Amino acid sequence: MNILEVTDLQKTFASQVAVNKISLQLGQGSIFGLLGPNGAGKTTLIRMITGIFYPDEGSILFKGRPFDPVHDIVQIGYMPEERGLYKKMKIGEQAIYLAQLKGLSKQDALRSVKEWFVRFEMQSWWNKKVEDLSKGMQQKLQFVITVLHQPSLIILDEPFSGLDPVNSNLIKNEIYELARQGASIIFSTHRMEQVEEICDHIILVNKGQKILDGTVSGVKQEFKANEWRISVDSKAAADPDTNLFQVMEYGEGRYTVRISHGFSPNDVLRYFIDRGIAITSFTEILPSLNDIFIQLVKGTPSARQFQST
Amino acid sequence: MSKIWLITRREYLTRVRNKTFLLSTFLLPLMIILFVAGSILVAVQTKSHHRIAVIDANGYFKDYLKGDSTMAFDFSPGLDTLNYEKNGCTAVLIIPVLQEGVKKECRLKYKKQLGLVATEELKEEIHHAVSDRLVFEKTGISSIQLDSVRSQADIAELSSYEDTGGKAKASNQGLASGISYASGFLIYLLTFIYGAAVMRGVMEEKTNRIAEVMVSSVRPFELMMGKIIGIGAVGLTQFLLWIVLLIGLAAAAQGLIPQDTMRDVQSIQQSNAMGGGGGVAKAGEAAWEIYKLNKALDSTNWALIIFCFLFYFLGGYLFYSALFAAVGSAVNEDPQEAQSLMLPITLPVVFSFIIMSIAVQDPGGPLAVWASIIPFSSPIVMMARIPFGVPGTVPWWQLGLSMLLLILGFLGTTWLAGRIYRTGILLYGKKPSWKVMWKWAFRRQ
Repeated sequence: MNILEVTDLQKTFASQVAVNKISLQLGQGSIFGLLGPNGAGKTTLIRMITGIFYPDEGSILFKGRPFDPVHDIVQIGYMPEERGLYKKMKIGEQAIYLAQLKGLSKQDALRSVKEWFVRFEMQSWWNKKVEDLSKGMQQKLQFVITVLHQPSLIILDEPFSGLDPVNSNLIKNEIYELARQGASIIFSTHRMEQVEEICDHIILVNKGQKILDGTVSGVKQEFKANEWRISVDSKAAADPDTNLFQVMEYGEGRYTVRISHGFSPNDVLRYFIDRGIAITSFTEILPSLNDIFIQLVKGTPSARQFQST
Repeated sequence: MSKIWLITRREYLTRVRNKTFLLSTFLLPLMIILFVAGSILVAVQTKSHHRIAVIDANGYFKDYLKGDSTMAFDFSPGLDTLNYEKNGCTAVLIIPVLQEGVKKECRLKYKKQLGLVATEELKEEIHHAVSDRLVFEKTGISSIQLDSVRSQADIAELSSYEDTGGKAKASNQGLASGISYASGFLIYLLTFIYGAAVMRGVMEEKTNRIAEVMVSSVRPFELMMGKIIGIGAVGLTQFLLWIVLLIGLAAAAQGLIPQDTMRDVQSIQQSNAMGGGGGVAKAGEAAWEIYKLNKALDSTNWALIIFCFLFYFLGGYLFYSALFAAVGSAVNEDPQEAQSLMLPITLPVVFSFIIMSIAVQDPGGPLAVWASIIPFSSPIVMMARIPFGVPGTVPWWQLGLSMLLLILGFLGTTWLAGRIYRTGILLYGKKPSWKVMWKWAFRRQ
């Protein structure tokens, strides 16, 4: 069963359409990537899913029933891109308070907070104030607060920004673990490379519209240019004269070739074998999500944003 | 409901546990007392002394102008308008020959102004001297005889009673205006202190960016109400502590009154209780004042005043703090931005305070009546009228209407503020104008 089904969701601010007829499905235990440049409408979409905004049109089904913010909100954990905590409040107290607001009893909140603090080695922070923590520590605390109440839907907006590689990995592993236990995760980011390894399924949003929907491998297959990398042992001609493939790049025994329409990789291999050239490796080049996105929005201002990174 | 309770509890506890709460609770009244005592002390200490040279063409003023501790008269024959300063006088008074039925000018010359009080006093003295002289000329009664009669004449004391139909109730204008002014001023002050606290709290949540974390757990309205109720509860706690403090101080003050005076007070009470026929011969002035104060304190309807004070404090607080919350949600870090948006809220409060000072003088006037019914000003103005008597000065229908309108008023401002708040709290960037905020409030969500 899909935990979340969003159909034709739309939201307009003043004259600007922030979210334009976006649909998506999220299966239980899956990790879902919501991608798009800044200002694409990701945050607005998330705010509708978390009940902060009412959609103008469209429907949201949560666990098969129409989404009711007042009751379903306790099953959602949301970490906004703009992190925030009460600076002057003690950390332990604050975590318990926020867990209670998510509907946990005081005892359950206390137990859960202690458990997570042990897991993230944060026990000694209990009586510190947020203002005394480093930025990375605040991020960890924010993540803990998001998942404390065992939500079945976790929404993370740019969860790795500001984290060092060690802490990024720590959080990444927790995300995998939560998904394994059955939580569904929506992962919103404009950093495409982070998503490739984590997400099962992605959608790409630009200017309020969904422009891509599929699994990471599926999308890559769809957008591949039939390019291969071939490394060879001995010296060979820099520009093989054939209509089987086009050489895109050559250097130190490595070819990057695009196979012509109507031929298969086997034809290419046979071409080299027939000429007695020893092949050391042969791999398909799949486009990165970043490349795909640029290809899709070529010429628009958002494309430039990605080329620069 | 339980979420509002959780938020309220946090807001309340973080504030009450804070050291500044205790400090402000005990320091504020102390500062007010010190300020009042200080200004009285300064006023008494710095009364200037005047020595006035008199050039009298009639020759009899020497016997009638008596002077007192702050003003002395010098009738030395050598004094004139040129040398009065050298002889240690601050001014010279020239009195021409006076005739009955003809008004003439008595001139006062000085280098430095005497001041309003001293000039009034001098006018009084001259008038007294002339009338005493005329009495003597016409009847032969000397001013010494007149004075002795005057000192014995103080045997009738005016006490006011409010006509409530059945039995008359003692009332005291002085005490009533004191309570009026104090409660009006207190509500004015508290509205600002706690309204600003709500605004700062909302701004803190917005700039800390915790607002979005919060609204993913609770509805914005719950967040706003929790804060308003929590801070209101802090205000009530502070107010109750002040009452305890006040009762303590009053008890201490009573201990300072001399034993003799207290005995006099008791004898006045007894004699008046017997029908007022007996009278008290030698009760001092102080005893009379204390007796009148006690009687007024006893006859004041404290239960009604305290109930109304709490009602109008809470009503006014809820009415205005919701608006303060709306402003807090609309602005960003910069406190300067808040200033200009706050103006439309602070103006009616300041205006109510001005109307209140008029209402204390004339609690039944049309301005006072209307301002005490309209919710923008009713918390401050109505509190200034109530101590003058319900249902005498303030008929029940006015009190009821005023309370009803205030309840409707704060429901209205809370609704309005809630709608501005839920948009404003998540919006960063340019400061919105009131027009934009108005749109937030009334557009379809």
